[in-house]
Amino acid sequence: MKLRRRQRERLSLWLQYLAFVAVIAVVIFAADWGRLREAFFRVDIIESMFPTIITVALRNTILYTLGAFAFGLVFGTVLALMRLSRVAPYRWVATAYIELFRGLPALLVLFLVGYGIPIAFPEREIPGGVFGSIAIGLGLTAAAYMAETIRAGIQAVPKGQMEAARTLGMSHFTAMRTIVIPQAFRIVIPPLTNELILLTKDSSLAYVLGVTAQTIEVTKFGRDTLNDRVNATPLLVAGLTYLIITLPLSQVVRRLELRYAKAR
Amino acid sequence: MTTSPSQPAVEIRDLHKSFGPLEVLKGIDFEVGHGEVVCVIGPSGSGKSTLLRCVNLLEEPTAGKIWVNGTEMTDPDVEIDAVRRGIGMVFQSFNLFPHLTVLDNLTIAQRRVLRRGRAEAERVARANLDRVGLSDKAGAFPAQLSGGQQQRVAIARSLSMDPQLMLFDEPTSALDPELVGDVLTVMRKLAEDGMTMMVVTHEMAFARDVADRVVFMDGGVVVEQGPPEEVLGAPRHERTRSFLSRVLDPTHVAQLGRPDETAG
Repeated sequence: MKLRRRQRERLSLWLQYLAFVAVIAVVIFAADWGRLREAFFRVDIIESMFPTIITVALRNTILYTLGAFAFGLVFGTVLALMRLSRVAPYRWVATAYIELFRGLPALLVLFLVGYGIPIAFPEREIPGGVFGSIAIGLGLTAAAYMAETIRAGIQAVPKGQMEAARTLGMSHFTAMRTIVIPQAFRIVIPPLTNELILLTKDSSLAYVLGVTAQTIEVTKFGRDTLNDRVNATPLLVAGLTYLIITLPLSQVVRRLELRYAKAR
Repeated sequence: MTTSPSQPAVEIRDLHKSFGPLEVLKGIDFEVGHGEVVCVIGPSGSGKSTLLRCVNLLEEPTAGKIWVNGTEMTDPDVEIDAVRRGIGMVFQSFNLFPHLTVLDNLTIAQRRVLRRGRAEAERVARANLDRVGLSDKAGAFPAQLSGGQQQRVAIARSLSMDPQLMLFDEPTSALDPELVGDVLTVMRKLAEDGMTMMVVTHEMAFARDVADRVVFMDGGVVVEQGPPEEVLGAPRHERTRSFLSRVLDPTHVAQLGRPDETAG
């Protein structure tokens, strides 16, 4: 017996639904729910983590992320402009920096900023304590990535924009600042958001700098609580806390993109 | 910088321009008087756009000299941004700034380059929008306008800088046929107001009606020039005749049985 095309398609669809339901059923019935709840969902532990996980840990995670992002954005923009400069040594320096820092693990750079530099220059101190070290340590690497993104954005702005601005008597610098770069940033919003989300997660590396109760961030807070209570619940709570940042961020960016789509 | 009334608005002497091995302009001598409207016509690849772009130094001439209002553009020490303020340019692809409203498109260079205050810049901008018949579009973004409206905004943007000379680089070539008229009408009004204009165009009707002089270029040289009724009505050169028959009567080109000498 030969099935007709629509019958075949319907059959294949049903088989896939069936397989899906079967997998869910196995998970539901085979799992040891009592044990899972005991390990991952102890309400008393969840309660004990509030409000500190929000008021201190999440706050610090956001601060570290924004600090590193701001540092990376400013420095990355400078690097991008250097890479596009007419002055050859600027290009060499920027290219060398980008190649170097894209190849280094963020953790190593963080050690370098947090321990290497204080050992080399004991009389000097990185401003801002842990915050300063994290912002610079993560920002140095982020700048290398963002520089390439921003450079691509600048080059994606049509040449006619610069020409029109120059014909109106603007200097190269003024045309860059008021015409080209604002358009470039609209183009690179999606990749820069990606970078912001990566930095949010990288901010968990702050623990290697020896954070205190005041400077603790989400992951370290979760791990400390895990050590205290010998239970995995804190990790689940910490993980969900990151979503408080990343999910609204995607929304904000979607809205920004819509608004800029009008001005394109 | 000296400006004397006896000097023409534009003076070009033995202008050469090469792109690599390709010589696009092969010795152009050419003048535009104050208040004169000159239309430059010729087949694509004849160098007419390059000639126009050399006048405000968007292209660097390979050899020869150019004066605009008595200032030598080809002087290596020329204050190019200062001279360009007095030279408006309208591009085939409009090149409006897409991230700015129409009003901001018209005020940004006034404010950054001429250092006009916001109120004064907006007054000038609105007067010029009125001049091109788009006073109701001040708050719109370029993407919300038709091609013809965008090009008129581009003209108003140039006029806001109070130029003494306007360059038009095929201003209607990117427009739908029914939108060409609006732009040409604005340009005709501008010519009637006494603006010095250099127009690269394929609009023979505009050249015939508005131009004081028509210049026919082919193969990087000026083949013939004179009043429109002579150059367009009774061309002396075979190349001019061949070009005009192709443009004015394109459906009968094959019947002329001429070799394809004007293409390129």
